[in-house]
Amino acid sequence: MPNKDTIVDVPTVNKIARLSRLDIPEVNKESLTNDLNNILGFVAQLDEVDTSNVEPLASVTGHKLPLRSDDVNDGNIEDLILKNAPESSSGFFVVPKVIE
Amino acid sequence: MSELLDLNLVEASKSLKNKEISSLELTKAYLKSISDTSSLGAYLEIVEDKAISMAKESDKKLIDGTARPLEGIPIGIKDMFCTKDIKTTASSKILENFIPTYESTVTQNLWNDGAVILGKLSCDEFAMGSSNETAAKGNVINPWLKNKKMSPGGSSGGSAAAVASRSALAATGTDTGGSIRQPAAFCGITGLKPTYGRCSRWGIVAFSSSLDQAGPLARTVSDAALMLNSMAGYDQKDSTSANLKMPDLMDYLDIGIKGKKIGIPKEYTQEGISEDIVKFYEKSIDWLRDEGAEIIPVSLPHTKYALPAYYIIAPAEASSNLARYDGVRYGARQEASSLDEMYELTRGTGFGDEVKRRIMIGTYVLSSGYYDAYYLKAQKVRRLIKEDFENVYKKVDYILTPSTPTTSFELGKKQDPLTMYLNDIFTVPASLAGLPGISLPVGLDKSGLPIGIQLIANSFDEPGLISTAKVLEMSAGFNFIADGAAR
Repeated sequence: MPNKDTIVDVPTVNKIARLSRLDIPEVNKESLTNDLNNILGFVAQLDEVDTSNVEPLASVTGHKLPLRSDDVNDGNIEDLILKNAPESSSGFFVVPKVIE
Repeated sequence: MSELLDLNLVEASKSLKNKEISSLELTKAYLKSISDTSSLGAYLEIVEDKAISMAKESDKKLIDGTARPLEGIPIGIKDMFCTKDIKTTASSKILENFIPTYESTVTQNLWNDGAVILGKLSCDEFAMGSSNETAAKGNVINPWLKNKKMSPGGSSGGSAAAVASRSALAATGTDTGGSIRQPAAFCGITGLKPTYGRCSRWGIVAFSSSLDQAGPLARTVSDAALMLNSMAGYDQKDSTSANLKMPDLMDYLDIGIKGKKIGIPKEYTQEGISEDIVKFYEKSIDWLRDEGAEIIPVSLPHTKYALPAYYIIAPAEASSNLARYDGVRYGARQEASSLDEMYELTRGTGFGDEVKRRIMIGTYVLSSGYYDAYYLKAQKVRRLIKEDFENVYKKVDYILTPSTPTTSFELGKKQDPLTMYLNDIFTVPASLAGLPGISLPVGLDKSGLPIGIQLIANSFDEPGLISTAKVLEMSAGFNFIADGAAR
């Protein structure tokens, strides 16, 4: 991990915001960059830990993902699925035009 | 009214079953409490009509002898649980109008056991916070000090404040890094985070899926045990749900701790911890020793790295989980001419600052070129933290620690995100290891604020956790009621 204080700059923050699909107003960018640097500087402490022979841990349960038979156990709930949609029409979710 | 509010959950349940009181009068007393304590801001939504009809239903069952374990008990639900036909916002603007068409497994389990819903409780937005100040509709006030506006803790701040102010007999919470235990400590009540996998996550708004766990906030250890009895259980709809039956926790309340070994980790008495908390921590050790436990100094050497590992793993998972809020299928949408612009405006406007920070951190640590250095590194450290606990549990049965480094703080005083994160320094390690932990009140500090002590058990040893906590509860004899509680 790079040095504290200079981990991310405003162009990097713009890039992360774009990847996150978050509109960040220009006036907030500097303070957000500061916050992110403080947090990333704090987590950089992990560099002190020797993890050379350690396997990453993704799940604490240790159990295997259970399988079930591939049966339909739900359905015919189109109305419920669309109920909270900001915009829907003829059983579809509606989004702004994608292809010009 | 007061006599009804004086009853804890176990006592109320007994009085209901003996027909000394009815669920309708109990529920009405709590609805009045909610209105008397409304300035605390604990409730986001009150469902009075539903509460009354459920209470009437319970009264029928109490009379005809078919009462279930929580029959007629009025409780509050953290707004992270989807409740069918009842608005569920996760305290976020992006979900301000979301009305689930289905019920979470945990809340369904509670209704199946006869509990009565009072309403939905405020929390930090998407459960991200330690003070309840990130809630879109504003902070909740801790009922303990009437002259100062103190934080109830977070993220289950509304749940803790409701139980402490006697505007719910018990409440549900969720805990990702301390979100049940820390607010319970701040509000002088008992909060239990079960082993990861004990309670189904199905229908709970997802924050960090490898850490999120539901649990109860209640007045006493017995009350928490009775709640968890109903909340827990295997659920096919959650692939990480443990297919393991939990014994009836009520059978473990009076077992005692003679001959049990309690580990005292040296890493939990670092600088920055308040003197009063150290004093009560030492008292708690003495109490357990007096009750026949053997006290053993232990070491969890990677404790210091739990918080930094957590603040990589939790935001990484959050950034992925919160990708679903895109203004298409549910939630608020901002209109725009292109799809991308719609996404960005919807999410930029709908999420609060702390949520945005965590999405940004999560996206960064998962992005190409940084994944190994941050995310994989944190997962490796997570294994070391889990192994620390495994090693210690070869020598001891339970671990005793303070729940928080300080008691509650004034609202609006902690502006820097990192300072806020330090609140969870004692609760995060058990979360990363998936272990069950309970915080219970043992005393008050100089300013009259409650002090919480945490017990951590090995995986799936909730029964032992309850036995030990009950002994500590009896020794501490904490019987204070918050200044701002309904009477």
